[in-house]
Amino acid sequence: MAEFSIDRFVDRYAERTSGMSASEVRALFAVAARPEVVSLAGGMPYVEALPAQDVLEVATQVLRDLGPTALQYGGGQGQLALRDRAVMLMAEEGVDADPDDVVITTGAQQALDLLGKIFIDPGDIVAVEAPAYVGALTAFATYQPRFLTIELDDEGMIVEQLERAIVRGERPTFVYTVPNFGNPAGVTMSRRRREQLVALCRETGIPIVEDNPYGLLRFEGEPLPCLRSLDPRNVIYLGTVSKTFSPGVRVGWALADHSVIQRLVLAKEAADLCGSNLTMLLTERWFSDDARWRSALSGLVETYRARRDAMLQALEEHLPDTATWTHPFGGFYVWVTLPPWTDTTAMLAAAVERRVAYVPGTAFYPDGRGADRMRLAYCYPTEDRIREGVARLATLLEDDERLYRSFHRS
Amino acid sequence: MRIAIVAGGRTPERDVSLRGGRRMTLSLTELGHEAWLVDPAEVQLVEALGERRPDLCWLALHGKEGEDGTVQRLLDLLEIPYTGTAAFDCEVAFDKVLAKDALQRAGVPTPPWVVIEGWALRDLGGGAALGKATERVGLPCVVKPSRSGSALGMSFVEREGDLPQAVMAALAFSGAALIEAKVEGQEVAAALAGADLEPLPIVEIVPKEGVYDYAARYTAGATEYFCPARLSEGAAAAVAASAATAAAALHLRDLTRVDLIVDAKERPWVLEVNVSPGMTETSLVPIAAQAQGMSLSDLCDDILRSALRRV
Repeated sequence: MAEFSIDRFVDRYAERTSGMSASEVRALFAVAARPEVVSLAGGMPYVEALPAQDVLEVATQVLRDLGPTALQYGGGQGQLALRDRAVMLMAEEGVDADPDDVVITTGAQQALDLLGKIFIDPGDIVAVEAPAYVGALTAFATYQPRFLTIELDDEGMIVEQLERAIVRGERPTFVYTVPNFGNPAGVTMSRRRREQLVALCRETGIPIVEDNPYGLLRFEGEPLPCLRSLDPRNVIYLGTVSKTFSPGVRVGWALADHSVIQRLVLAKEAADLCGSNLTMLLTERWFSDDARWRSALSGLVETYRARRDAMLQALEEHLPDTATWTHPFGGFYVWVTLPPWTDTTAMLAAAVERRVAYVPGTAFYPDGRGADRMRLAYCYPTEDRIREGVARLATLLEDDERLYRSFHRS
Repeated sequence: MRIAIVAGGRTPERDVSLRGGRRMTLSLTELGHEAWLVDPAEVQLVEALGERRPDLCWLALHGKEGEDGTVQRLLDLLEIPYTGTAAFDCEVAFDKVLAKDALQRAGVPTPPWVVIEGWALRDLGGGAALGKATERVGLPCVVKPSRSGSALGMSFVEREGDLPQAVMAALAFSGAALIEAKVEGQEVAAALAGADLEPLPIVEIVPKEGVYDYAARYTAGATEYFCPARLSEGAAAAVAASAATAAAALHLRDLTRVDLIVDAKERPWVLEVNVSPGMTETSLVPIAAQAQGMSLSDLCDDILRSALRRV
């Protein structure tokens, strides 16, 4: 008799890989990628809206004028010229920064991983919004923290809950938040809550990680101050060009105290030596022409605004009264709450069968909640496709409700 | 010979199929054939087959269109021979409701079951009859979509109150849900391959989390396998006999895998049969072949010879 181990290293993997497994939802997303499916699932920026000729010109410029640098290794902190551009982009949102306090990362996603690496010991507490960005949860989870979940409402993170947890004796290593048009909830933290959060964390000495990928994609209302500008000493700020330019260049950054940056740079060098000079220079060149990037960005904002409007209108028109959803002032996502019996994970297969896809809510909670929620992204499909997708979703929800009613007549 | 491996497609098992299909392509190439992979989600199947005109199609698709007779009927029409079971028999074998009926008629023990159709629930008030289901099959029970693979949409139900949720989950994958008694015992798979459907060694499946679900199937290391299975001689013979009877009753050809549970009294119960068993690196058939000292190429050669008898 032989025991067959499919994976002969199975007993050798680190404890931290235990959560990494195949999943049904991933299998279904493979089907959702087919063209007849309206995908309201992925948060892919609509890069097709970028002026292709301009991008080509910039790329040509980089290779023609800066070829040897572009094709060479660079420093771990990233090109200074690009850090200057990051400082410029942060200034757009009222954040004052010195390029020395910036490290360029492979998308802000790498900054999340590096922050986990330098801050989280196994068992440490990380406070996150519930729901929270799934990419942050998975990046942090690798370092085996315990998540403290703080609920959201229309004003963002309910800071009183965090305060109560701290009074109870919880001591988070840091608080992670996406205050502007958050992923997945599409909610923006109010000014009152921002001030509250910053004050609470300053008093208790808990650093805040402010992740702000969508801040420049505002459709309505006045911009609110970034947490970083309310308390530069206690807030680590993450930015990216993924939504304002391209996610393909993989350029993001962290802004923090010099001591944090020093560790982040060392951690980054350990992970990948340095970012890609080629795409860093391309990004730097792209943002060197003020008129060009501003016009491209305002084109994107107009596109996303129209798509959000189409989605909100379609939800209003088609969804049953039992559903509620958020009204995002910017960004990519609407968060839908369905009746408590709904299981959006189980329902996903039927949705794909009806040629529409979404992300089930459970992905965004570290504690298994969220079965009655779903995230809908309006960033990529056209307005017509969004309307069609929402209509398909609505028939599915109606059928689901009829099924449920058939079990619970009394 | 010129062999088109048809893999991929547009089902949730797409990736599983492609992984297996690539392995088959390599093995057939090693055997000296001109083998290439065709993914019906990437190209128009009929057009692609018309262009390169294979002598044979090797069907490595999983899930609805690949295992339910759809592709087989199309190939019949195109007069291209293919590996595996014939169209009508695929249709029966892939549908758990039809297959279990056929098995019972052939005297193959299969756990007691009832079927509930989504339509009957939505439009005929069938939900009120759900209590009957648990009376008939008892608790705990297993709820599965009638037509789906890889344990997608399957759940175990311990408490009556959880049954509606499980039925709804199964109905997301298929028009009908099968509610089946849960037999406790050793989970085993009996693969049969070649012209005479020769049995391969029986594989015993021990999922680390207790449940052989999608994650346990496709995460390397999440399940332990024993091959041959830790069964008495008598139990192993009974498993082999049940598997052979099941395969004969359903007219399966070339390669199949029969999934069974052996209860405490060493009695085998057939859970389901697979028209197109998985051939990935974590799949059961390759494990069984390996235990017998067969390479993947040997196995492919057997399957091919079996299919060629019909050409």
